[in-house]
Amino acid sequence: MFLKRVALAGSMTAFAASAGYACEIGARVSIVGNEFAAIQAVGAAAKECSGAEVESNLTSEHQTINVAGLSGNPSEYTSAIIANSSIVALMNEDVVRPLNDLVAKHGGDLMPSQLIKIGGDIMAVAFMANAQHLMYRKDVLQQAGVEVPTTYEEMLVVAEAIRSQGIMQNPVGGAYKAGWNLAQEFNNMFLGYGGTHFKPGTAEPNINTEAGVNALNMMKALSEYMNPDFLTHDSNTTNAEYRAGNVAIMNMWGSRASQQTTTEGVLEEVKAGHAIAGPLTVGGGSIPASTLWWDGWTVGKNISDDEAEATFLAMMHGIRPAMLTEETLPLAVWLIKGYQPTPDAQGVFDAAKMRTTPYPMLPYMGLMHSALGNELADFMQGKESAEQALADVEAAYRAAAIEKGFLQ
Amino acid sequence: MRHKTFLWFFLPTGLAMLLFIAMPIGSVVMQSIFAPHPAVLIEVESCTPLVGCTTETTIDQNATAALRAEKPLGRFVGLDIYFDRGHLAVDEFRALWASTDSWVGFFSELGNLPFYRAMAFTLTFVAVVTPLTIVLGLIIALAVNALHRHLKGLMIFFSLLPMIVTPLIGSLILFWMVDSRGVIGSALVALAGDPDFSLKASTGLMWVALLVYGVWHAAPFAFVVFYAGLQTLPSDQLEAAQIDGATRWQQVKYVVVPHLMPLVTFVALIQLMDNFKVFEPIIGFNAEAHAQSLSSFIYNDLGGETRQLSSASATSVMTIIGVAILLSPVLVRTWRDFKGAR
Repeated sequence: MFLKRVALAGSMTAFAASAGYACEIGARVSIVGNEFAAIQAVGAAAKECSGAEVESNLTSEHQTINVAGLSGNPSEYTSAIIANSSIVALMNEDVVRPLNDLVAKHGGDLMPSQLIKIGGDIMAVAFMANAQHLMYRKDVLQQAGVEVPTTYEEMLVVAEAIRSQGIMQNPVGGAYKAGWNLAQEFNNMFLGYGGTHFKPGTAEPNINTEAGVNALNMMKALSEYMNPDFLTHDSNTTNAEYRAGNVAIMNMWGSRASQQTTTEGVLEEVKAGHAIAGPLTVGGGSIPASTLWWDGWTVGKNISDDEAEATFLAMMHGIRPAMLTEETLPLAVWLIKGYQPTPDAQGVFDAAKMRTTPYPMLPYMGLMHSALGNELADFMQGKESAEQALADVEAAYRAAAIEKGFLQ
Repeated sequence: MRHKTFLWFFLPTGLAMLLFIAMPIGSVVMQSIFAPHPAVLIEVESCTPLVGCTTETTIDQNATAALRAEKPLGRFVGLDIYFDRGHLAVDEFRALWASTDSWVGFFSELGNLPFYRAMAFTLTFVAVVTPLTIVLGLIIALAVNALHRHLKGLMIFFSLLPMIVTPLIGSLILFWMVDSRGVIGSALVALAGDPDFSLKASTGLMWVALLVYGVWHAAPFAFVVFYAGLQTLPSDQLEAAQIDGATRWQQVKYVVVPHLMPLVTFVALIQLMDNFKVFEPIIGFNAEAHAQSLSSFIYNDLGGETRQLSSASATSVMTIIGVAILLSPVLVRTWRDFKGAR
């Protein structure tokens, strides 16, 4: 059903393209990227280009292949669709090219805010924003007689009210799967408590702090109201639980908002009761316990100038203002000129308005994220103290950072 | 066969093995003793959507490129990576040894180090699954062999199913069954009388599920090998045992099992190797929070946003050494037999 819709979106934009917005390219284009709906739509639009072949490999495992796929000369892929976390791996390996000349030549439709500049070089073109924020069932909250929470402390009160009144046993949802997801939830909470991952200006870890301990304790308190299998639930599973009516309140990716009511098999009561709000704060802080993300595309370094130009043109066609149709509009918070926000985008805009911290774009953040993902599960299972878990994370990170040459 | 003839016979295989096995291993060893150059970091202004411009740290590509051009292999680190916390954790091990005064305390603290925790699971997996697979395989083989010939084909097919099913799919099916909303999961909740009971949240039960899966998946392999071996069992030996008044159990113990002994060695060898590299069930069961193995470490090192090639290579070399240690008793015995046969 979903794929059908994307295909439909693609064919509609193809129609729009044939009506006067042609894309003619002279060399091969090959795209690698994540597989969620908005990126599928961009990929489909880029494929409308004629004159040379446009290939795409959109998969949730994109980050395991994009560095290798851009490394050969000539490289397998000519463009990688990335986010602020994954562009770092590509820049660390120096496999993406600065786009200053191509933007000057062909970037007429771009808005200045779309350009990702690192030290004067344009390294990527962003096309959508994303953030995790609150999604909840207004009918369930009403039934329980509680207000919509704005802090995680209030979320605990809401959860207790729903459970104690016997409405739901495990009302809180969360993508707490051991690994990347669990680490991301820690990042949110840690930043919400005012933590910073590294000592300023260095690669030295700085998470075994009061903010770190508070973040872990809050996550533990929330997990008491989650399905007991929470350490195996990624965002797909968590959304499935929400759509099946088993979860009433959760912190979820904005890019999923439009699909909560349109996916096949969603319960009627979920469709009617679904609502979104901005991200929550925690511990009396004003900065939300969430992170701000953008998704964008890069052009590979190890390809000919013709291929780079063709790739730039095709990707520009993929994100041109005319690709925003009724079908593609709700899929994301687009950063494209002429975008009119849909109600589903409200959460992400609120996140931006509340000055949510962007996900740290540091060369060593990937190693920290991996270390968090591997070491925090012990604490969540009650096997060790928060301080011990955080000390383990720092030790694991340190070993990896020494290997990669970030620490001595 | 004379050794010289054998050598010529073996030469093509040997060359292929050198090219496709020995050389990649050599390259992995090389990668494990070299690490990336120290990163040259600079502060630059970076601008992103919705946020504006901030000062961020990034890698100085020109300086790094110069370093790489000078020494393309990276910086030589010797065995440092083998000894760091992600692997043998020598320093942490020593500190623990000095600071704990009881064995119980020592081992519970040791479980905090990833390598030793992974070893605890892997060696348990090897020690439980290997013998159970052999015993279960033998029982199935004896049972199927005793069936009427019309039933045999059908039974062989069904017994082989767990091996035919792709490991990842097999473990996913079991994973969904033990989910707290799955068939086995909700049955367990009803039995335990606790709505929060979860097999996936308990390390002990997760280990049991992984062990059961391991036996379930590998038993058909042992069965096929033993069943083939049973077809070569001379019937006169069995008849002689029956005339001597041996019971069914005595026949199995004194005639069948000794006849199958070389095959038991073979199955044990293969199983030791496979079980030491246990991987698919950990991924399929989403059991990373409870069980890790050297293979899942390699997967994590290569699957993260920043790939750790040196760390993954060091773990690979340690896997090879681990398999060699596990197999050494069997290999030594085979070598002795070979010497004896001459």
